[in-house]
Amino acid sequence: MNNNTNSVDYAVTVRNVYKNYGDVEALRDLSLDFPRGQLTSVLGPSGCGKTTLLKIIAGLLPADSGEVTVNGQPVTRPGADRAFVFQDFALLPWANVLRNVAFGLELRGVAKSEREAIAEKYIGEVGLKGFENSYPHELSGGMRQRVGLARALCVDAQVLLMDEPFSAVDEQTRRKFQEDLLNLVKNESKTFIFVTHSIEEAVYVSDQVAILLPRPSRVSEIIKPEGFRHKDANSIRRDPEYLDIVDRIWASLRTYVE
Amino acid sequence: MKIFGYQLPSMSSLILWGILWEMVGQFELTFFLPPLSAIFSTLMEIGTTKVFLKALADTGYAFFVGTFSAIAIGIPVGILMGKNRLIDELLLPWVNMFLSAPLTALVPVLMVLFGFGMKSIIITTALFAIWIIVLNARAGVMQINRSLIEMAHSFGASPKDAFLKIYFWAALPEILSGVRIGFIRGVKGVIIGQLLISVVGFGALFELYSSNFLMKHFWAVLIVLFTISFTIAEFLAHLERKVEYYAARR
Repeated sequence: MNNNTNSVDYAVTVRNVYKNYGDVEALRDLSLDFPRGQLTSVLGPSGCGKTTLLKIIAGLLPADSGEVTVNGQPVTRPGADRAFVFQDFALLPWANVLRNVAFGLELRGVAKSEREAIAEKYIGEVGLKGFENSYPHELSGGMRQRVGLARALCVDAQVLLMDEPFSAVDEQTRRKFQEDLLNLVKNESKTFIFVTHSIEEAVYVSDQVAILLPRPSRVSEIIKPEGFRHKDANSIRRDPEYLDIVDRIWASLRTYVE
Repeated sequence: MKIFGYQLPSMSSLILWGILWEMVGQFELTFFLPPLSAIFSTLMEIGTTKVFLKALADTGYAFFVGTFSAIAIGIPVGILMGKNRLIDELLLPWVNMFLSAPLTALVPVLMVLFGFGMKSIIITTALFAIWIIVLNARAGVMQINRSLIEMAHSFGASPKDAFLKIYFWAALPEILSGVRIGFIRGVKGVIIGQLLISVVGFGALFELYSSNFLMKHFWAVLIVLFTISFTIAEFLAHLERKVEYYAARR
């Protein structure tokens, strides 16, 4: 455990980050910490800079000023310590599931037999066994995102960045995904940063919910749902604390929804 | 198309046109159209002569060297234009200009620059073929899903990997259709080159046969040329269909 001012160990820290797109101020003086081994949601209405923040952490976008660190190292570009799960899956349409899942390793120069063995393992883990030779267009949206998730797990990064990963899949698949994500957080000792615009989803899966308010983005509140974390996946949605937090977040966000 | 429940093979309409042609020829309506059967027997006769084979070899050589250099230069240039705004701004006006320019008018200039031989013919062929290849490769790259590029970047792809494993494949459907049209334009280029620069190859045969009113010979060579370019175009169209499964879903 790394001790600074308190006893929490942060995998990712964001300090006083500013980002403008031309005249539009996307992020202003944003600071946020992400505890190691936990899932932190970044929640907010559309246009509040959630994805911008995530891409800055990923090193895909430069911040105008401020500092982002991952394991104490300042972020300047993408690195092996982070893996990204894309909203639109970002699969290679010309490659089968096996190659897609192994693609992160392929880019890192891992030998074919080795990377395919690793990919096989994670294909099984996300429940896609038997689909190794299918192509993305033959899969449903939910299955495609499982491929995207397996690809991110394969490279064994400590930090998993997820950009609204379940927004393009149907509601039932989404619920299944949320339950699977809880298990993933429990079983993999990784730090998850999860961008979403769904209040229920954020409260359901997160150890910590950071609420971003728009124009320009700043962190308005950090909520830590703790009371129901130990409960099993089915009863969380009926837990009074869960419902209270959902209500509270909606109350603070509703003025920003036109 | 189906007639009486039978599926007709593609291009069967050619049989109909062939019969019509044969009839017009047999009735000797015009010297311009000898019977199709006579053209084919002439083709058999001249097809094995040294003159014809030499012409075929000369034309084939100029055509393939010309179009393959157009492909080898055109695809990377097009991809670079699609990737890089600055290169695009610099080159796009020229590409558009040459694409629509009457290139035939440039041939005399090429003769001054590169002489009266094979070199000028190859360059003419390449000039006819290259611009559409560049434009299509560029269009292919420009429609790439941004998140594929971000994905490659986020997993640490080197510029070479991104080029070979993302850009090229994502743009492949457009690249292939550019190459197909480029080939067809290349056929035009090589014949124009052979007619205008030095009278060799098929160009020389066309010149020889038409000026001596040897219409059977003229049509025989034209049919050979048509068959070759049609076969190449169909082969490339076949390749295009192979990547169709992902073309609509990038």
